Amino acid sequence: MPAAMPAAFQAVTIDYLAVLPMFVVVGGALVGVLVEAFAPRERRHAVQVWLTCGTLLAALVVLAVWSRDHQSVTLGGSVAIDGVALFLQGTLLLLAVIGVLVMAERFGGVGSDAFTPMGASTPGSSQEDAATRAGYATSEVFPLTLFAVFGMLIFVSANDLITLFVGLEVLSLPLYVMTGLARRRRLLSQEAALKYFLLGAFSSAFFLFGAALLFGYAGSSDLAQISQAISTGAGDLDGLLLPGVVLTLVGLLFKVGAVPFHQWTPDAYQGAPTPVTGFMAACTKLAAFGAILRLTYVGVGANRWDWQLGVAVIAILTMVVGAVLSVTQTDVKRLLAYSSVAHAGFILVGVLAFSQAAIGGVMFYLLAYGATTIAAFAIVAMVRQDGSEASHLSQWAGLGRRHPVVAGVFAFLLLAFAGIPLTSGFTAKFAAFAPAVESGTTGVVMVVVGVLASAVTAFVYVKLIVLMYFTDPVEGVVALQPSVPSTIAISLGVIITVVAGVAPATILQLAGNASQFLL
Amino acid sequence: MHSLITEGDAMTAGAASGMASLAWLLVALPLLGAAVLLLGGRRTDKVGPALATGLSWASFGVGVLVIVQLLGQDAAQRAHHLTLWNWVPAGSFQLDLGMLVDPLSVAFVMLITFVGSLIHVYSLGYMEHDPDKRRFFAYLNLFVAAMLLLVLADSYLLLFVGWEGVGLASYLLIGFWNHNPAYATAANKAFFVNRVGDLGLSIAIMTMFVTFGGVDYATVNEGVGGANQATLTAIGLLLLVGACGKSAQFPLQSWLGDAMAGPTPVSALIHAATMVTAGVYLVVRSHVIFDAAPDAALAVAIVGAITLLFGAVVGCAKDDIKKALAASTMSQIGYMMLAAGLGPVGYAFAIFHLLTHGFFKAGMFLGAGSVMHGMNDQVNMRRFGSLSGAMKVTWATFGLGWLAILGVPPFSGFWSKDKIIEAAFVGEGWKPWVLGGAALVGAGVTAFYMSRLFFMTFHGEKRWTDDVHPHESPKIMTVPMMVLAGGSAFLGLLLAWPFAETAPIVSWLSPVVGEHGEEHPVLAVPVLMTLTLVFVAVGIFLAWRRYWSEEVPEVAPRGSVLTRAARVDLYQDAVNEGLFMRPGVHLTRSLVFADAKGIDGAAGGLAALVGGLSSRLRRLQTGYARSYALTMLTGVVAVLGALWVIQ
Repeated sequence: MPAAMPAAFQAVTIDYLAVLPMFVVVGGALVGVLVEAFAPRERRHAVQVWLTCGTLLAALVVLAVWSRDHQSVTLGGSVAIDGVALFLQGTLLLLAVIGVLVMAERFGGVGSDAFTPMGASTPGSSQEDAATRAGYATSEVFPLTLFAVFGMLIFVSANDLITLFVGLEVLSLPLYVMTGLARRRRLLSQEAALKYFLLGAFSSAFFLFGAALLFGYAGSSDLAQISQAISTGAGDLDGLLLPGVVLTLVGLLFKVGAVPFHQWTPDAYQGAPTPVTGFMAACTKLAAFGAILRLTYVGVGANRWDWQLGVAVIAILTMVVGAVLSVTQTDVKRLLAYSSVAHAGFILVGVLAFSQAAIGGVMFYLLAYGATTIAAFAIVAMVRQDGSEASHLSQWAGLGRRHPVVAGVFAFLLLAFAGIPLTSGFTAKFAAFAPAVESGTTGVVMVVVGVLASAVTAFVYVKLIVLMYFTDPVEGVVALQPSVPSTIAISLGVIITVVAGVAPATILQLAGNASQFLL
Repeated sequence: MHSLITEGDAMTAGAASGMASLAWLLVALPLLGAAVLLLGGRRTDKVGPALATGLSWASFGVGVLVIVQLLGQDAAQRAHHLTLWNWVPAGSFQLDLGMLVDPLSVAFVMLITFVGSLIHVYSLGYMEHDPDKRRFFAYLNLFVAAMLLLVLADSYLLLFVGWEGVGLASYLLIGFWNHNPAYATAANKAFFVNRVGDLGLSIAIMTMFVTFGGVDYATVNEGVGGANQATLTAIGLLLLVGACGKSAQFPLQSWLGDAMAGPTPVSALIHAATMVTAGVYLVVRSHVIFDAAPDAALAVAIVGAITLLFGAVVGCAKDDIKKALAASTMSQIGYMMLAAGLGPVGYAFAIFHLLTHGFFKAGMFLGAGSVMHGMNDQVNMRRFGSLSGAMKVTWATFGLGWLAILGVPPFSGFWSKDKIIEAAFVGEGWKPWVLGGAALVGAGVTAFYMSRLFFMTFHGEKRWTDDVHPHESPKIMTVPMMVLAGGSAFLGLLLAWPFAETAPIVSWLSPVVGEHGEEHPVLAVPVLMTLTLVFVAVGIFLAWRRYWSEEVPEVAPRGSVLTRAARVDLYQDAVNEGLFMRPGVHLTRSLVFADAKGIDGAAGGLAALVGGLSSRLRRLQTGYARSYALTMLTGVVAVLGALWVIQ
């Protein structure tokens, strides 16, 4: 039943306290832009770090204190602040704080940070040299991060397709820029950014096309109304529904890096500045899965029997391709990229269980994986040879003998990725797979594939651990001493990984209680 | 309660009280030691080794108090369950972490903590001059903690944590002298072979989870009655794969010999007394499953029988004293597996032999370490000989271990091994003759190769290299050897106490593993005993003639076909390579046309296959954005097309 057009413009009611965290973040981002313009260069970095972390923490406090009690569908039905949105937004803000702390790392000097002195200069040009000599630094990355976080906060709470698209673009555009800001191997970085941008635009087109088809089917872009149209069978144009669902999902699956829409992942992860990679892997994935959860559970779940099998095949492909391709990687960042592809598959298995327990499990997984992955990339950024990142696997040989603590922490994080019991990875897999087993045969098949795929990835991680501990060290490879912010970040990541592995009851309960959508 | 026991069910465990509720201390104490030593860094260099040894003894002390409490209770009440915390409350699935203190786990606790602590003491002497001994003791403590967790777990999942933990500690210890590339390779090999076993175990656990809805022993044991036969057999076989990996049983035994690269106390603790017996523990702990799946149980017995002969044959040809002992360990664990596969008639004897073997084999490994200590770390027995004069204590303690493993009455091995041979002859049809025959022949071969080892090392002519000056080891090393020798001599007698109505070890374990009725071997017991002793005597005589009275060549003669085969572990590596690795590599090559880089051969066939697939798929990652976009488009069209067709 197409919704009637309102006769005259009516102002929508807004529950400001519910959406206040988003305002705080975008406000902080705007202030950050002003800081770029007015703060003296030598103080800019420090000011931006404080401002960004402060903004994110303030948003987190606002979320926990006020928004929690203001669960509602607001802004004219385009934003739903419910349990799921709140949990994911809170997790996002927490992970973003950790991510920003890693970005703030400069290893005691301006020249050792991850970001190019001048993003607009041509690599290798005299302009670049001059910027380097002048000691410039790209502190713009901090407001860009805040804008991206703003987009992600919209993304996980968007309740109609238009808002979803706005969120998608708001989070993507800053990320494209951030990907191209690496200080070293700038050509690689810029190439990655361009590829990410082109393919992102391509997938956005898919999403928009799908959204248009769904609007054509239901006469509304509102998720609840689409759901209603499907269950009452009121749509006149039945043929539009399936392609509409598939195309919108493709747009979102691109963001999580599901096969066959994953190919940007290794290139972008490798080219991006390492702290940005960690931020992308954790937060973008979380936001995109939040959107997928809402679209599939609230919006198009009613006809899931028509498309579920297709997504199940994608999930299986994602797990298998991610796991198998990680075997032959020789670059630690690409290895972690393929591992993130495999993890996207594991999470999809949970999503497809279509139960309330599954929502909680998926949200727990996103938190656990995010924390582990940011810490892992933070460590990748520390390992250097001749000043630049030693990301080739051969350079990691024997790291455990030179730097037992760094290698030990990294090994622990790898074990968490592998899903060894008593790490968060195990609990997360358990929480995501258990509902899938209950959901039926397809679920069981996916879980079996998932378990085999994790065995393959475990092999890869353990091979890396063996490499770090049982081979001779490479001359000149050192792990730099991390500064206070990134030490805090890595510690937080490790603590979450341990707690979510050893005593996950509290977090699981929190996620379980939050796993209700408002319609 | 009684009816439950005779049916072979596990007794139900009550909530822990008294000392048993402090059982977590058993694991926590050595874990604390490992943490302090590893995190404390160089500051703990001085006190570390002593601290680790002290904490290991403290753990033993807790174990003694627990066993005293259990002894004071009724047999039926000796199982205590200890819930540590609620681990994963995910929807309708619950995972709790808990410990099960029952006669079976406590028997292991005593073995692990006592032998483990003695080996800590021995290592204080053996590793005295190693610059990195703090790390060594940290790993030892870590190992003890993980092993205790393995046996005290109340669920397969927590057992798996301990299982991986002992694996980790053992790689760290095998590769401890990792400045030597060969040793690091050995650690890798142990690692890859164990992956296969661990995969089997983890799939078994997942199958249990799907079948029974839980992975703790209580839930699984309860659910076995309602599960179908095929599933149970599958679970049993998967558990067997896991057990084969950890316990070096055929066909996953190839790593044990290479693992001897580690320091000798490690071989004594991990590769003789404790970790390698974890597979036997797993089978006995899962007896409810095996009782309900006779095919799987038979597979266990057959694997045991094959391995006991395999190890014995390999042991006859090895000139490296540690590798000969490793082959013997493999063979003795074969006996335990055989017993465990025989069902209720054998469980108690499997554990009994495990305990006595823990003492005499650890004692002999420490003896071998003592010999190496006095002989400049040489291991070639062809350059030993006549050491009985120079190393009296080592000779005497090793001698007691030798008598024990031979099964000479009244030493320990006689009581335990003889019972296994008797049990193997129980049954109908071909089974008792084949399994019992294997056990009987194995006893004779064991007598031959162990006597060969003993005579070549301690008797006959001196064949020393010029630069050695054999001397007895210091007290700190010989005292643990003497204690273990005491165990080799008397432990069997104590646990089998022939004057009691039932042997103490049987009545101790029967609440857990079930009692069995009066069953008679196909040959009368005295006949079997006589036959066994005759086989043993022949074995000793043959060894005496060739390796004591005759001159032993300093360079190994070419030998017969069998000898040459046995020297290279009966071509196990070649078989592995030919059967698994080469086809994998070939398959890969044909997949990845002329992949010049080749595949990491050590990773084995399966890994090579995955690797090949990986390289093949990798070609799709061209780096061109246009081809990525095309892939995406193809994906969309394929998914949409397929869904339309289905619709």
